[in-house]
Amino acid sequence: MSAAPIQQVAVRTSPVVRALIYTLLIVAATYYLLPLYVMVVNSLKPLDEIRQGQMMNLPQTWTLDPWRSAWSTAQIGVSPTGLLPYFMNSFLMVVPSVILATSFGALNGYVLTKWRFRGDNYVFGLILFSCFIPFQIVIIPMATLLGFLGLSGTIAGLILVHTIYGLGFTTMFFRNFYAAFPTELVRSAMVDGAGFFQIFFRILLPLSAPIIIVTVIWQFTNVWNDFLFGASFSDFDSFPMTVALNNLVNSSTGVKEYNVHFAGAILAALPTLIVYVVSGRYFVRGLMAGAVKG
Amino acid sequence: MTHNPPKAFMKISGLRKRYGNVEVLKGIDLELEEGGFLVLVGPSGCGKSTLLNTIAGLEPISEGTITVDGHVINDLHPSMRDIAMVFQSYALYPNMTVGGNIAFGMEMRGVPKPEREKAIAAVSKTLQIEHLLGRKPSQLSGGQRQRVAMGRALVRDPKLFLFDEPLSNLDAKLRVDMRVEIKRLHATTGKTIIYVTHDQVEAMTLATKIAVLKDGEVQQIGTPYEIYNRPSNIFVADFMGSPAMNLLPATIVAATDGFALQMPHEQSSVALAIPAGIASSKLQSGQQVILGIRPEAVTDKDGADRNSNAIVTINGRVELVEPAGSDTFVIAQIGGKQITSRMRADAMVRRGETVPFAFNLEKAVLFDPANQRRM
Repeated sequence: MSAAPIQQVAVRTSPVVRALIYTLLIVAATYYLLPLYVMVVNSLKPLDEIRQGQMMNLPQTWTLDPWRSAWSTAQIGVSPTGLLPYFMNSFLMVVPSVILATSFGALNGYVLTKWRFRGDNYVFGLILFSCFIPFQIVIIPMATLLGFLGLSGTIAGLILVHTIYGLGFTTMFFRNFYAAFPTELVRSAMVDGAGFFQIFFRILLPLSAPIIIVTVIWQFTNVWNDFLFGASFSDFDSFPMTVALNNLVNSSTGVKEYNVHFAGAILAALPTLIVYVVSGRYFVRGLMAGAVKG
Repeated sequence: MTHNPPKAFMKISGLRKRYGNVEVLKGIDLELEEGGFLVLVGPSGCGKSTLLNTIAGLEPISEGTITVDGHVINDLHPSMRDIAMVFQSYALYPNMTVGGNIAFGMEMRGVPKPEREKAIAAVSKTLQIEHLLGRKPSQLSGGQRQRVAMGRALVRDPKLFLFDEPLSNLDAKLRVDMRVEIKRLHATTGKTIIYVTHDQVEAMTLATKIAVLKDGEVQQIGTPYEIYNRPSNIFVADFMGSPAMNLLPATIVAATDGFALQMPHEQSSVALAIPAGIASSKLQSGQQVILGIRPEAVTDKDGADRNSNAIVTINGRVELVEPAGSDTFVIAQIGGKQITSRMRADAMVRRGETVPFAFNLEKAVLFDPANQRRM
């Protein structure tokens, strides 16, 4: 499973070209980092300083109050709870849907590559198709289904929706990864007397770390950042972070506390950022492994 | 008759395997006695690996029966067939140590830990891999992986061992070493082994019985001696042996004491005696045949077999000389065809010379070009 070494192309460039390349890269990086800078800087200012219209300046008085407010006291909808309960809602929704979608995706990939059956490619094609269905199409039927199951407006309902929606991608990731997984290992385990789940848990899963990481990051980011399903299928006490953030920013009463909004937005983005920073290099590596060998 | 042939330990009859409309095994019949070493050999795509997989139970069969030790095992799961298999890629579990790999089969069968450890110790001693037990497969060399793969099979002590081209991933020298090792293992354990290879040298050296396959059909089953010296058809003759058997077109002509073989050679032709063991009643004048003669039966004059009564010398022009160290292979034009002759290492032959080649016709065979079979 070792990835082929990335080809090193040694091109001798003149210092001028090199300087040009670096300038361009620095400009591009600055451009992309600018919004983050604005958010961070303004989340650390009192509201008065923002009102003066100097968005780009560093704070004159540094304060963490906007962060505290966004986290625990800001008015969200009708109650002054801050983002904390919704942050918890998001976690309660994200963790199970990541675990479920990844597990079932792995199991699907295993069956589709190592326990092939007549028509398995059509089944895979149909599962893949779900990756391409626009979210908007399923909202009304899904609402009906959730109502039928008694899960409307609950976190469990959101978990179900996200698990189903994630399955298309997670299945594809694992199928492509396992397609390149040596079948002789599976056969050897069969001769050794291992059963369906023993082969899966003892042989395939321990060797699936790269693709598990890819899938977890993918699923975590998608579910955490989702707004549409959250807004459509949740209720006041089950809003995920994204919907709560919207309610914080769009609340129609009182003054617009931009510093609090900025702090809230960063808080909302933080978990995915952390996940990516911690395991991003595996993400790229895992994607490449699938791309080259799948 | 009270004579009892050795009872077949493993028996395959009428085995067919189809993928949709494509038949890849076309009615295989095979038998192997207990303790035998059967080598399935053939070019790629001949179905030999598929046949092995059907015996292992990794591929279902379409027709026929597979019997091991008196039990029909057709529909049994691979784990219930009491077999162990060594795969071409070794298929060592990369996430487990060598010890874990060897123990896995026993673990799956619920063998208690103390027993497992005893078995691992015994097997690793036999294969001299005791010092590797704690390592992961990725930390092993090719030869070591090969040993571990064999250890994993041996430790289970099954009725039947299946080897799927186990040496094909090793370099040339190691391959010869491991070949000897496998042969020794077979000699000391007396286990019944079925072994797939495309390498005819492996087949010849290891087997007690060889089955040559082509296009899903068994071409010939026999001892290495029979396969080599009495190939049943042109395919087997050509496939087994390196360098390959010389196959020369010839015509049967009437001679003073029956018949003789006539081969065109240079501007005229040469006559050769009919190889031994061919009834003249089967021959008729003018019949086209193919003379098959191994390179070692075409030598320089001094190297010819002194006990042979049928040495014929033909002069030929040397086209190429290939010194192989132990022998020298000489390639020449005789009978309108290129032939390979195996001479002593110190034979003084140079390219372009015309030298006498001694044909030992006692070692030759004739094939019928119409049906490709040996006459």
